[in-house]
Amino acid sequence: MSRITKRFEKLKADKRAGLVIYISAGDPDLASSYEILKGLPAAGADVIELGMPFTDPMADGPSVQAAGQRALKAGITVDATFDMVRRFRRETGDGDTPILLMGYYNLVYQRGAERFCKAAAAAGVDGFILVDLPPEEADELKPHATAHGLDTVLLTAPTTDDKRLPAVLKYASGFVYFVSVLGITGTKSATEDAVRSHVARLKRHTKLPIAVGFGIRTPEQAAAVARHADAAVVGSAIVDRVKAGLDPSGKPKPGLTAGVLADVTALAAGVRGTVKA
Amino acid sequence: MAISPNSFRTGPDERGHFGLFGGRYVAETLMPLILDLEKAYGEAKADPQFQGELNYLLAHYAGRPSPLYFAERLTKHLGGAKIYFKRDELNHTGSHKINNVLGQVLLAKRMGKTRVIAETGAGQHGVATATACALFDIPCVVFMGSVDVARQAPNVFRMKMLGAEVRPVTAGSSTLKDAMNEALRDWVATCETTFYCIGTVAGPHPYPAMVRDFQCVIGNEVRKQIMEMEGRLPDTLVACIGGGSNAMGLFHPFLDDKGVRIVGVEAGGKGVETGEHAASLTGGRPGVLHGNRTYLLQDKEGQITEAHSISAGLDYPGIGPEHSWLKEQGRVEYVSATDDEALAAFQLLCKLEGIIPALEPAHALAHVTKLAPKLPKDNLLVMNLCGRGDKDVFAVAERLGMQV
Ligand SMILES: Cc1ncc(COP(=O)(O)O)c(C=O)c1O
Repeated sequence: MSRITKRFEKLKADKRAGLVIYISAGDPDLASSYEILKGLPAAGADVIELGMPFTDPMADGPSVQAAGQRALKAGITVDATFDMVRRFRRETGDGDTPILLMGYYNLVYQRGAERFCKAAAAAGVDGFILVDLPPEEADELKPHATAHGLDTVLLTAPTTDDKRLPAVLKYASGFVYFVSVLGITGTKSATEDAVRSHVARLKRHTKLPIAVGFGIRTPEQAAAVARHADAAVVGSAIVDRVKAGLDPSGKPKPGLTAGVLADVTALAAGVRGTVKA
Repeated sequence: MAISPNSFRTGPDERGHFGLFGGRYVAETLMPLILDLEKAYGEAKADPQFQGELNYLLAHYAGRPSPLYFAERLTKHLGGAKIYFKRDELNHTGSHKINNVLGQVLLAKRMGKTRVIAETGAGQHGVATATACALFDIPCVVFMGSVDVARQAPNVFRMKMLGAEVRPVTAGSSTLKDAMNEALRDWVATCETTFYCIGTVAGPHPYPAMVRDFQCVIGNEVRKQIMEMEGRLPDTLVACIGGGSNAMGLFHPFLDDKGVRIVGVEAGGKGVETGEHAASLTGGRPGVLHGNRTYLLQDKEGQITEAHSISAGLDYPGIGPEHSWLKEQGRVEYVSATDDEALAAFQLLCKLEGIIPALEPAHALAHVTKLAPKLPKDNLLVMNLCGRGDKDVFAVAERLGMQV
C-alpha cells in the first residue's frame, strides 16, 4: 500500500479530513524552503505537495507564479528538489507523510519519464500531480510511475462531466484532486454547496479519496471543504505567507518559517475540528 | 530517420500527434472544451455552408486571392532564381493572420461563444482578431507582452480603435510566450463562454491542424496562380517562421510534390551562436509547452528560455508541432536569418520593389537574398510576403537611428 493510500486510510479511521499543503520547492531560497518543509507535518499538514517551479506555469495565478520565480532565482533545480525530499526523509525520520511533486510535464519529459520516476522514488517521493498531463497524454508516464510505486494523482474539474470521468479515473491512483473552480490557482473560491455536490458526484464514480483545492485560504474555508471532501488543499495562501515574510530585497525576515507554520497550524485546526457530513 | 511516409499531408493522427509532436498537454479544466472544439471544427469543416461563408468573407472582406507577383527588379538584382512574392501583405489588416481569424471567429459564432480572446506578438493577429470581432459584434480581449505593446504601438492603437481591449502582460519576458500563458489562464477561467483564437499553428490539438487548414488558402492559390503564369509548379518555396502559420499555409499544399524544395526561415536574432535568437528548430530541442510537444528553446532542466528577435512576431521560443515533424522527416529545410540580415532585406525591398515588408517576412527575404543567386535562372522561387511593414516603421527607424 502506498504512503498516500495509508495516510488516507488513517484519516478515515480518525474520522476526519486531511490537510494538503502546497509549497514551491526553493521558495524563497533553498534553506528556508527546507525548513518550512521540515516543519509541515508537526504543524498539521497531512500530505505535502512540493511544487517544481517552472518558467511558464500556465495554470497558476500570480501567487504561485511569483513563488516559482523566487525559487528559480534562488537556483532551484529538479535535483535540488529531490535532495530536499531525501533530506526530509533522512533527517526527520518521517516515513509516513506523503510528498507529491506538483508541476508541469516538461521538467519530467526532459529527464525522461523513466529516469525521473526512478530518481523521485529513490528520494522518497510518493507521487505526481502534473497539471498539463491529462489522461490523453499520460501513457508515457503511467507505466514508469507504477513500476516505481509512485501514485499519479489526476485533476478533475467542474468541466469534467460524467461521460469523461471514467477516462480520467482510469489513470488515477492515490487520490483524486478536484479543482473546485474554473480558473487558475489563487483566484476564485467555490461555494460549499458546489463542493458538496461535486464531491458527491465524484464519489459515485470512484472509491479513491477526493481532495478539493483552488481558492481555499482560511481555516473556515478549509473546514467547509473538510465537511464534504477527504482533504482540503491550500497553496496560494501559504506561498503568499512566505512572501509576506520577506524584506523588500526578497531576503527572509526573522520568523518566516514560524509564521508560515503558524498559518498551517490554524488551517489544520479548522480541518481537524470538523466532523464530516 | 523514419522511412518517408506515402504522404506528408495526412497528419495529425486522431489524438493530434504528428509523430512525436503535437498532442494535448493542457489542464483538465480545458480538456473537455478542447474536445468540443475538435468536434465542432470537424463538423464545420464538412459543412458547405460554413465553407461558403468563409470563402465569401475571404474574397469580399479580406480581398483574396492575394496576387502572385513576379519581382523582376529583385530577380535581376540577385541574378539567380526567378522570384515571385505571394502578396498576403495586401490582405485586409495587412497580413496572412486574417485568413485564420475569419475561420476561427466564424466557428466561435457557430459554437455560440460570446467572447473571444487572443494572444499577439507583432499585433497582426490581435488586429485581425479585433477586426473580425468588430465585424461579428463579439467582445474581444487581446493579450500582448508589454515589450511588444511598446515596439508595435501602431497595432495597439488599431486594436483599441476596433473596440478590443488590449491587456499588456508583464510576466516573464513580456513577449509572445507570456501573452500566450496569460491567454490560457484567462481561458481556463472563462472557457464555457469564451473562444480562444490562437494565432499560429501551435497550441493543443486541434489548433495546429485547424489553423493550418485555414492558412492553406495561401498555398492552394499559389498552385493555381503559378500554373497560370508559368505552366508548372514552383521549384522553391520560402517563408518565415514564428509559430509557423504563414509558412505552413504556403508549404502544406506542396508537401507531396517531391520536386518542390521547401525552406522555412526562423529568426536568428543576434546570431544562433550567441544564444540570443528565436530559432527553435535550429537551437532548441523537443519539449512540452503551450499544449503541445515541439522544438523549444530551453535550458538543461527544461525551463523555457527567452527568445530574442527584432521581429515581435517571430519572438517565440517554440514552433508549431507539424514543423518539428517535417524537420525530423527531412521534408522541409529550416534555416535562420539574423536581425541585421532582416533589416538589410527590409531596406532592399523598399528600394527595389516599392514594397515595405513587415520585419517577419524580411527574414524570409534575407534568406532569399542568400539562396536565389545560387539557383539557376529558371528556378521558380515563391516567397510568402506575409505582412506589410507599416507596424514596424517606428521600430526600424529607431534601429537605423532615424527620426520619424
Ligand atoms: C506578418 C507576420 N508574419 C509572420 C508572423 C509569424 O507568425 P507565423 O509564423 O505563424 O506566420 C507574424 C506574427 O505576428 C506576422 O505578423
